Amino acid sequence: MLFFSFFKTLTNQTVTIELKNDIRIRGILKSVDQYLNIKLDDVEVLDLDKYPHLSSVKNMFIRGSVVRYVMLPRSEVDVGLLEDATRREAANQAGKAR
Amino acid sequence: MERLPLNDNPAQAQQQQQQQQSSQQSVLGPSGPMHPPGPPQLPPQMFTTAAQLLDLTDKKLVLVLRDGRKLIGVLRSWDQFANLVFQDTVERIYAGKLYADVPRGIFVVRGENVLLLGEVDLDREDEIPTSVTRAPFEEVFELKKKEDSQRKRGDKKRYTELQALGFEPEHSGEILF
Repeated sequence: MLFFSFFKTLTNQTVTIELKNDIRIRGILKSVDQYLNIKLDDVEVLDLDKYPHLSSVKNMFIRGSVVRYVMLPRSEVDVGLLEDATRREAANQAGKAR
Repeated sequence: MERLPLNDNPAQAQQQQQQQQSSQQSVLGPSGPMHPPGPPQLPPQMFTTAAQLLDLTDKKLVLVLRDGRKLIGVLRSWDQFANLVFQDTVERIYAGKLYADVPRGIFVVRGENVLLLGEVDLDREDEIPTSVTRAPFEEVFELKKKEDSQRKRGDKKRYTELQALGFEPEHSGEILF
């Protein structure tokens, strides 16, 4: 659930999502759920000429299972905090396993 | 929407959800002693599949499926797996610089086949990019068949070459366009 929480902290940031079929979409991250399905507002499709069916789309629901990358604004990611949270999560998991 | 803290605990969120109807008092009970009071959080039910799809219900959407089909219709129903019901659906076939519309009717789509759902901006839906023009269905369909078989041949060749080098092709076993 760590990455779910992490993405929740990024709501209202502009992100670029690359799908497994190579479409790249930039938009404002509006919402995310437990499967990392993502909702984007004010979308802009990079290389729109190749994907004319997305020309009049303003916001989008993307199924988490088809996402390859999410590109984030560097300034909005607190790497230290994320590291700490990851260690805490790992410790929790280890504790549960015992 | 405010910025949210990173430190919310899934156990706490679940507990919150369960206890929503009854009371909120024991949220900081035995399971949540180590939570520093952070900035206010949006309720967890804001971040569910249901909440995301609720906004799109009864709207005109573009649905892109994993096999590359593009369906345009009205979303009437859905569930937590993003299984969907579409009404008054039109399939838009693209091939080369051409496209054609085929009326299809009602669709029930299993969630795993969904790639994305896009809300159509009704003010801009008629602005078709100049790179494509409308053509009769038969013409587009023939061209698409040709393109598909060409791509299939290319994919097959690439896969055999990759396999000979010991690589498993990317997302093999998963059809994706």
